[in-house]
Amino acid sequence: MSRPEIQAPPEIFYNDEEARKYTSSSRIIDIQAKLSERALELLSLPNDGVPRLLLDIGCGSGLSGETLSENGHQWIGLDISESMLNVALEREVEGDLMLGDMGQGLGIRPGVIDGAISISAVQWLCNADKSSHEPRLRLKAFFGSLYRCLARGARAVFQVYPESLAQRELILGFAMRAGFAGGVVVDYPHSTKMRKEYLVLTCGPPSLSTATPKAKGEDEESCSEDESSGDGENQTVCISDRHRPRKKQRITKKGKGREWVLKKKEQLRKKGNAVPADTKYTARKRKARF
Amino acid sequence: MRLLTHNMLSSNIKGVTNGFPLLIEAEKVLEKPVDFNPDFLRNMFPKIDWKALVGAAKAVGYGELPDAADSAMLDSDDFLRHLHHALLQLHLEEGALVCPETGRRFPVNKGIPNMLLHEDEV
Ligand SMILES: C[S@@+](CC[C@H](N)C(=O)[O-])C[C@H]1O[C@@H](n2cnc3c(N)ncnc32)[C@H](O)[C@@H]1O
Repeated sequence: MSRPEIQAPPEIFYNDEEARKYTSSSRIIDIQAKLSERALELLSLPNDGVPRLLLDIGCGSGLSGETLSENGHQWIGLDISESMLNVALEREVEGDLMLGDMGQGLGIRPGVIDGAISISAVQWLCNADKSSHEPRLRLKAFFGSLYRCLARGARAVFQVYPESLAQRELILGFAMRAGFAGGVVVDYPHSTKMRKEYLVLTCGPPSLSTATPKAKGEDEESCSEDESSGDGENQTVCISDRHRPRKKQRITKKGKGREWVLKKKEQLRKKGNAVPADTKYTARKRKARF
Repeated sequence: MRLLTHNMLSSNIKGVTNGFPLLIEAEKVLEKPVDFNPDFLRNMFPKIDWKALVGAAKAVGYGELPDAADSAMLDSDDFLRHLHHALLQLHLEEGALVCPETGRRFPVNKGIPNMLLHEDEV
């Protein structure tokens, strides 16, 4: 199947039907969760248990943002597809959602955001979907505004599917021009299936903290050899466990659970406040990962 | 959309120099319970534009925030509870955000502000 980016503009490609299909595939849910976990790990937020305010750029139906919530963080999600955002609403994601186009720049105050992730979205910026679109201008507007809104020393981590080496260089080039330091982390570079690319960008002058982190599975040759046999799940077996992140310390111990939320909502209702109706998604148990 | 997010947003229209804070036109406001986390509030406090938060809270009908605040207040549980409620539990569900400089309205539907710019605003 050809890449979605070349089929149609994102707000058209991700229509109601596609948004639903995307978010009901357990395979996609699982992949996006893993990519988001890794991106969050690469953000290397201080390990002090304090929730941070993060951005999720191209948040879609909230699959990536849910990983941020599970780790206790607050987030703001931006997406250009109304259909995807509607599915995020249905799923009662905990982050705030915004309809917007990253290529127009982010309208966010300077220095207030603690970190940004973007999962499988930034490569869309390289397309000219309208006659008025000039990818270079859009990349410039996006990275410039992102750089400004991040706190000094904060990171942005983008998992991307660039179409070509040139496209990856184009994206990275605009990030550097905006002032970011950093580079590309390629996990499992020898595997065609598991290979994943992350742009790891740090806001501020180069220093120890801007050094690009180490990739996973770089020197595990057996991976590339096993590649042709078996499915993706089996292949991960040869990646030794030391590469796995320790189970993240959950920031909000356990959350208070569905009962607490339902009770609290009832109390607010009794006080005469406007409170949304309860659905099966309300404070549902989040799937524990690992 | 919560007031936390409102406090970070500014109008991104080409040529606008002072797009913050966006004015709030509230048609429907919801409250949703969120776990109370003082660490988050303390960490967030220095980045909050207080005046904008007080204005936004009033615009959605919440008047419990003091007109001025400083970090010493973060020791008061009462203050933290009010801050928590204003930042994280109040949602602008229907209404609009209005650019303070141009008057351009960004509609908010089902809690989602539509910040897409027209071509001549980019
Ligand atoms: C493959 S989906 C990923 C969604 C989500 N991050 C996840 O992990 O499930 C890519 C998303 O990027 C969004 N997107 C593409 N171009 C965009 C743009 N210019 N501004 C904002 N979002 C965009 C699409 O609408 C789509 O929801």
